[in-house]
Amino acid sequence: MAKVTVDGVEVEVPNGASVLQACEAAGKEIPRFCYHERLSVAGNCRMCLVEVEKAPKPIASCSYPVADGMKVFTDTPMVRNGRRGVMEFLLINHPLDCPICDQGGECDLQDEAVAYGMDRSRFQEGKRSIKDKYVGPLVKTIMNRCIHCTRCVRFCTEVAGVPELGATSRGETMEIGTYVEKALTTELSGNLIDICPVGALTSRPYAFASRPWELRKTDSVDVLDATGCNIRVDTRAGEVLRIQPRTNDEVNEEWLHDRGRFSFDGLKRRRLDRPWVKRDGKLRPATWAEAFDAIAARMKGLPGERIGAAVGDLVDAEAIVALKDLMAGLGSHNLECRIDGAAVDASRPDFWRFNTTIAGIDEADALLIIGSNPRQEAPVLNARIRRRTLAGTFPVGYIGPRGVNLTYGHDWLGEGPETLRALLDGSHRFSEALGRAERPMLILGRGALARPDGAAVLAAAWQVASRHNMLRPDWHGFNLLHLFGGQVGALELGFVAPPDLAPPGPPQALWLLGADGFDASRIPADTFVVYQGHHGEAAAARADVILPGCAYTEKEGTWVNTEGRVQRGRLAVHPPGEAREDWKIIRAASEVLGARLPYDTLAAVRARLVEVNPVFARPDRLERRGCEDKSGPAGDPGSLSDAPFALPISNYWQADVVSRASETMAECARVLLPAVPERIAAE
Amino acid sequence: MALSDKDRIFTNLYGLHDWRLEAARRRGHWDQTAELIGKGRDWIINEVKESGLRGRGGAGFPTGMKWSFMPKKSDGRPHYLVVNADESEPGTCKDRDILRHDPHTLVEGCLFAAVAMGAHAGYIYVRGEYYNEHLVLQAAIDEAYAAGLLGPNACGSGWDFDLYVHRGAGAYICGEETALIESLEGKKGMPRLKPPFPAAVGLYGAPTTVNNVETIAVVPTILRRGAAWFAGFGRPKNSGTKIFCIQGHVEKPCNVEEEMSIPLRELIERHAGGVRGGWDNLLCVIPGGSSTPLIPKEACDTVLMDFDALREHKTGLGTAGVIVMDKSTDLIKAIARLSQFYKHESCGQCTPCREGMGWVKRVMDRMVDGRAEVTEIDVLEQVTRQIEGHTICALADGGVWPVQGLIRHFRPMMEERIAAYKARKGAGPAPALPLAAE
Repeated sequence: MAKVTVDGVEVEVPNGASVLQACEAAGKEIPRFCYHERLSVAGNCRMCLVEVEKAPKPIASCSYPVADGMKVFTDTPMVRNGRRGVMEFLLINHPLDCPICDQGGECDLQDEAVAYGMDRSRFQEGKRSIKDKYVGPLVKTIMNRCIHCTRCVRFCTEVAGVPELGATSRGETMEIGTYVEKALTTELSGNLIDICPVGALTSRPYAFASRPWELRKTDSVDVLDATGCNIRVDTRAGEVLRIQPRTNDEVNEEWLHDRGRFSFDGLKRRRLDRPWVKRDGKLRPATWAEAFDAIAARMKGLPGERIGAAVGDLVDAEAIVALKDLMAGLGSHNLECRIDGAAVDASRPDFWRFNTTIAGIDEADALLIIGSNPRQEAPVLNARIRRRTLAGTFPVGYIGPRGVNLTYGHDWLGEGPETLRALLDGSHRFSEALGRAERPMLILGRGALARPDGAAVLAAAWQVASRHNMLRPDWHGFNLLHLFGGQVGALELGFVAPPDLAPPGPPQALWLLGADGFDASRIPADTFVVYQGHHGEAAAARADVILPGCAYTEKEGTWVNTEGRVQRGRLAVHPPGEAREDWKIIRAASEVLGARLPYDTLAAVRARLVEVNPVFARPDRLERRGCEDKSGPAGDPGSLSDAPFALPISNYWQADVVSRASETMAECARVLLPAVPERIAAE
Repeated sequence: MALSDKDRIFTNLYGLHDWRLEAARRRGHWDQTAELIGKGRDWIINEVKESGLRGRGGAGFPTGMKWSFMPKKSDGRPHYLVVNADESEPGTCKDRDILRHDPHTLVEGCLFAAVAMGAHAGYIYVRGEYYNEHLVLQAAIDEAYAAGLLGPNACGSGWDFDLYVHRGAGAYICGEETALIESLEGKKGMPRLKPPFPAAVGLYGAPTTVNNVETIAVVPTILRRGAAWFAGFGRPKNSGTKIFCIQGHVEKPCNVEEEMSIPLRELIERHAGGVRGGWDNLLCVIPGGSSTPLIPKEACDTVLMDFDALREHKTGLGTAGVIVMDKSTDLIKAIARLSQFYKHESCGQCTPCREGMGWVKRVMDRMVDGRAEVTEIDVLEQVTRQIEGHTICALADGGVWPVQGLIRHFRPMMEERIAAYKARKGAGPAPALPLAAE
C-alpha cells in the first residue's frame, strides 16, 4: 500500500494504482475522457491532469502510478489552466451541435465544458470535418464530434474481441473507423454508444428520439438471454425508447448485449393486444369474458391428467407459479418447461445452474465448453471468459462445430460426443490441461441437451466434471448455460412433470404460457389449446383461445438467470391494449375453472414463490456453493450417440420472440448474418 | 582551438575513404574490441559515465546513466539494444553521414553497448527515406558477420550478439523512442505512456535502451582512448566532440565534428565559410535542429554551442542542426513552415498536440501575410503554452518552441507585418479570415 496525499487528504491505495484512483479514493473528481475503468489506459485525452509535488509539469493522473509519500494537487492554477487548455483544444474542432446531438444532456464533454470551458472561442480558423462512417445498423456515427479518445477502439479490441475499429491516418487527420467500411461483427456493439464520451457514436434506433431528461427510467432486468443483464428501461409516454445496462459487477459489469439493448421495438410490433377466440375454425377478436367463457366451456370438468401446461422461454416466475398452482388445482401433473426438448435434469439445482457463477469465471483456470457458443448464447458472459483468457494461462477446450469464433483462442477438441467419451476415460489430451488446473470449469450448452441422447450428454458432462476435479465442496465447476431468461425460473419452481407419472394419453386441453417455441405439430387436432403470451407465433396460431399477456418490460416480474440469481424486473410501460399481467390472467382463469388461486396481490404471489423455493426470498443475492453431492443425473453416458453437437442459436439477432418482431434486429440479421452473400465491388 | 584531426572520432565523415571493414580497420575501428569487452560490463558503463557523454539525439541525457538503468540481471526476459537512426529532424543530417560513410563505428558501438546492457540482440531503426544508407549499413553488418565480429561469440569476446536493420516508413514521430519501439513491434508509431520506461518495459515488453546513432558510434573510441580524453573536450558536463550540421545562409554548408562548447560564431566562420554577406547580415540561428527556439544575432555573437549555454538562452543544443538565417529570410514564413511540419507529423494521440498544432499552423499561416490582429499574437503565444508540457511525448514541445522563439525575439516584426497588411488592404470591415467552407 502507498500513502498518498491528495489536496491534503491522506489516502492509502495499493501499489501500482494510478494517481487518478488515489484521487478518487480521496473523494476528488477528476475529469476524464479516454480513461475508462474497464479498458486499458490510453492517457491521450490529457484532461485528467493533476499536479504532483516536485514535478515540473502536470501529469496525466490516469496513467501515472502512485508512489509512497506522493503529494497530489487537483485544484491548482497549473491544473486548472492545463485542463482549460485541453478543453479549449477539444472544442475547437468539435462541431458544438449540442442542440441536435443525441448525446446532449448526458455528454461528458458537455459536462466538463461547464467546468473548464470558455464562454467564447478564440479559434478563428475553419473547423475540421470528417465523413461519417457506416459501422453497422446499430451504431450511428457523427465523426465530426469525435474527440479521438479511442475508447471505442479499445473496447472492440479488448472487451469485444473484434479488433475491427482503429485509427487511420495521424495527427489532425486521424480518423476512427473500420479501415474498410463494414458493419462491426460483435454482439456487444451497443456498448460503444455508452462508452463514447461524446456524441460521435450514438444509437441509430434512438436517433433524434428523445432527450435524457424527458425519459422515465426504470431499473429492470434483461431476459432475452440467460445472463440476466441488469438494465435500465428508458421510457416516454408509455413507449420504450431505449434500454441501457446498469452496472452489476457480478453479472454484466456494465455491458449489455445488442439483442437485449435493441430488440425493444419488437415490443410494439406483432403484439397480442386483445383476447382471441377460435370460432368456426378461425380466430376472432373477443372480450376477456368471452375468452374465459370459452376456456370454461372446454376445460371445466376435464380430468386433470388430460390437461397439460407448458411455459416458454421468457416467462416470469410469478406467472409460472400461478400456472403451476392452477394445474395442481385442476389435478394435472403434466407440466413442461423444457419445450426445446433439452433433457435438463430437474431433480437438483446443481444440474441446471451455472454453478461456478459468472463472477467465478475470473477465478477459474481451465475451461471446457461443450456444445455451446457462448458468444451467441451469452455475449456478456463470453466477454468475461475472453477477459479471463487475456489475464493469464487459461486453456479453453471446445467441443462443438469446428471454426467457431469465440473471440478468444481455444483448443478445438472435437465435434461430438466421441470427444466426451475420450475425456470420460481420461485418454484425451485435454484431460491433462484440466488435470493441471486447480479450479477447472466446464460450460455445457443447453443446446447440447436438446437431442435424443440429451440425458446421456448431461450425465457424461457431469462425469467429466467429476473426473476432472470440478466437483468439490469448495469449488463447483459444472455449469449449464441456458439460453433465455425464463428457463431457469421454471426449473427452480419445478415446472416439470414428475418423472414417474406418464400422462395416460394425449392432452385434451393444453395451456401454453409464452411457449412460442412449442412445436404445434405435436398437438393433436382435437386438443383445446390456450395460448397466453405477448407475441404470437406458430403456437399461437394453433390456439383456440389467445390471452394477451405482458412482455418483460410491462410487468413486475421475477426472473432467474443461468446462475440461479433471482432478479426483479419492474414495470416500465403499461402493456398494450387489453393485455394483462400474466399471473393475474391465470388468477382470473382459476376462478372460472373452479380452482381459485389463493392470492390476489403481487406480494402474495411472491410469498407463494418463496414457499415453493426459498431462493426467491433473496433477490439479487447469490450464494456461491460448492458441490456437496457428486452423484450424477439420471442419464446413462453409455447411450451417447455419435451425432455432432449442433448449436441452438444460428441467428443471434433473431433468437427470441421479441427480437423476431423487431425491425432493428431484422436489419442486423440482414447485414450481419454470414448467409447473405457480401456485395462485391462490381455490383 | 579547433578540434585537431587526431582527435576526430569520425575519420570518414565526408566519405573520402572507403567505408568497408578493411578500410575501417585501417582507420582504427574494431581494434582491441575483444580486450575492451573483456574488461567487463561495469567497466564499459563506468567509462561512458566518466566520459560525460550525453545523448546525441536531442535530449542530452547522460548516456552512462541511461545504460545503468538496465537491470543488472535478466529476469528471464531478454534485453534489447535499439539504435535510433530515424533521423528526421529538419536541419539534421549527422547520422546519415555516419551510416553511409562510417557504418563500422556504429556497428562496433552496438556491440559495446549490447555488452554494457546485457543485450544479445540489437535493432537499428533506420529512417525509411535513408534507402541507400540502409544498404551500406546492412552491407557493413554483413561484413562484420562474415568476419566474426557479430553473431555468436562476437569478435572473439565470448558475447553473442545479433544486429538487425529495420527500416521505418517515414514518420517523424517514430524517432521518439517509445514510438520507435511501437513501430518496431509492427504497430502504429505512437509514443507510449511513461512510466514504465523502456529500461523496464520496452521492446516486446523486455528491458530496452534506445540510443541515437551518434551516441553509440562514439563509444568505441571513448573506450579505446579513455574517458578522460573525451571528457577533455568542452566545458564540464558538456564534454566531448559533436557533429554539427551547419546549413542555411552560410557560404559552405557542411557537417563537421567539433569540440563541444565551441562558440557559435567560430563554428560558423571556421567551418561553414561564414554567414552569407558577412556576420552582420545574420538575422538569427536555430541552433539545434528545427524543434529548438531560434536565437537572434545578439545572442549568436557570444553563445557557446553546448547544452547548458544554449539553455541559458532558452533554446537547446538538440541535435546540433545549426540553421543559419540571414536578413533576407522571411522569418515568419520559415517558422510557419516548421509549424506545418509539426502539424503534419503529430501522431494524433494527445489532444493538445493533435488539435493545437493545426491551430498554431493556421494562425502562423495568417501571420505570414499579416492577416491577423495584433492581439492574436498573444493568443498564439498562449496556445503554444497550452500545448507545451501537456502531452505524452516531446513532439508538441518541439513543435511550439520555434513559434515561442519567434514571438520572444521577433514580435515587432510580426506586428509590423500585421500593420503593413492593414495598411495595404485598408482597415476594411472584416479581415479576410478563412471560412469553414474553405
